[in-house]
Amino acid sequence: MITVDRILISSLLLFSLPAAHADPGQKILAQGGANPAAMACQGCHGPDGLGLAAAGFPRLAGLPTGYLSKQLRDFRDGTRRNPIMEPLAKALGDDEIAAVSQTLAAMPAPVAPGSRRQQMASDPTEQLALYGDWSRQIPGCVQCHGPGGVGVGEHFPPLARQPATYLVAQLNAWRDGSRHNDPNQLMVGVAKAMTDDEVKAIAEYFAAGQEARP
Amino acid sequence: MKAIVCTALACALGSAHAAQVAMEDQSQLKVPPASQAPVFMPPAQSELPDNAFGKMVRDGYALFVDTQRLAPAYVGNGMKCSNCHLDQGRMAHSAPLWGAYPMYPAYRKKNDKVNTYAERIQGCFQFSMNGKAPAADSHEISVLSVYSYWLASKAQIGVEPPGRGYPDVAQPAGGYDIARGKQVYQQQCALCHGADGEGQKVADDYVMPPLWGKDSYNWGAGMHRINTAASFIKYNMPLGKPGSLSDQQAWDVAAYINKHERPQDPRLVEGSVEKTRLKFHANDGVNLYGQTVEGVLVGQGTGK
Repeated sequence: MITVDRILISSLLLFSLPAAHADPGQKILAQGGANPAAMACQGCHGPDGLGLAAAGFPRLAGLPTGYLSKQLRDFRDGTRRNPIMEPLAKALGDDEIAAVSQTLAAMPAPVAPGSRRQQMASDPTEQLALYGDWSRQIPGCVQCHGPGGVGVGEHFPPLARQPATYLVAQLNAWRDGSRHNDPNQLMVGVAKAMTDDEVKAIAEYFAAGQEARP
Repeated sequence: MKAIVCTALACALGSAHAAQVAMEDQSQLKVPPASQAPVFMPPAQSELPDNAFGKMVRDGYALFVDTQRLAPAYVGNGMKCSNCHLDQGRMAHSAPLWGAYPMYPAYRKKNDKVNTYAERIQGCFQFSMNGKAPAADSHEISVLSVYSYWLASKAQIGVEPPGRGYPDVAQPAGGYDIARGKQVYQQQCALCHGADGEGQKVADDYVMPPLWGKDSYNWGAGMHRINTAASFIKYNMPLGKPGSLSDQQAWDVAAYINKHERPQDPRLVEGSVEKTRLKFHANDGVNLYGQTVEGVLVGQGTGK
């Protein structure tokens, strides 16, 4: 009889064999995938995976494994559109996606600000970030993305210290439909309810990493 | 009076174990139907005065949204007041504080006496927070009362404003189905609340609350009633998409959530689930406490 334990042990062995040689995720990050069209991540996202704010390339370091691999698959499937990432993701195999996602998730992330919801907001942007605007069915960003926008679990990525241009581009992509890979369509309604000025202000709020006031 | 009779009837019909003594749930304080549009507007934060009163309001507000961290002595689970009262107690159809404060003191069958507002909040700590009630003159009860009072500014005393409580969602003609509820849960709720209702944390703090298990509301909390949970869910969940579930889905998923174990009812009678069921649950809306579901006795608690 094959027990669950035995299955687990054999799977662990299978996974640990390649790791014994070299980290395949690290190789994809630094040199690209087996298919040359899968260019090295670090070319745009940096060797530290922290992104390139000036160009709007997002931080990948420290993002959840499940979130990263879902985004790569979604670029392949077209539920998330991006002229650079789509051909690149299509050139990655499933195991390559899994490997590079694990490597990136394990890389150190910048510290998110420790802001909490227990203080009343001082301006409309902080109000939106912490508490939302329920007259428009907008929950506070941190209610799903965690204190200070640090990210929660596999489905709610960090907003903290992502480039403002990247956050603006994503909110606009939800609004114009070029990104529609949100689980249970949780983001599309929120993004569509926001004004242009709010999109810009909230992106800058999380990019800067607002500190909690005493 | 007519409405009270109807409510009692609905409760009796909804319970498989209706006892002789009609014991209503909290709905002896009536909840206006959802068809009545809420009109009351609580004051804006910018209107809060910068003085001693304003400071107490802010303290109450902080405790309301970060309850477990700020009052660990009184909170025995991972819940915050704002988990069940959305938008910091301001949102209509989410048991807003401005709809509660003006209705007390009021008689509650739950403890068979007239409750002051302080006693009502003490009940939240004992049941929904699975903790210990702070004293009526404690800092915690004082600041929460002041925060509620402020939100209710210019509301009429003793008049039930539309938007108060969670509006009733009538039980579907075919009842509810736990297996269907599990599907709704997996599709609509698990993303935030976890596959096993465990909620999600960042570091030590819950960001999304646990819906069952040792860190959730206990068997004495109003939310353990399927009818109450269905009302809450219908008008508040999923977060940001209220009203997106059908009445049937809300009832099904409420039943699925509330068939799971959670901390024991602190009013446990002589260690007996059956005696506790008869005394406190047999006529308390629609609930599964003390009943056998899928061959398992529900209401055994999660232990300490």
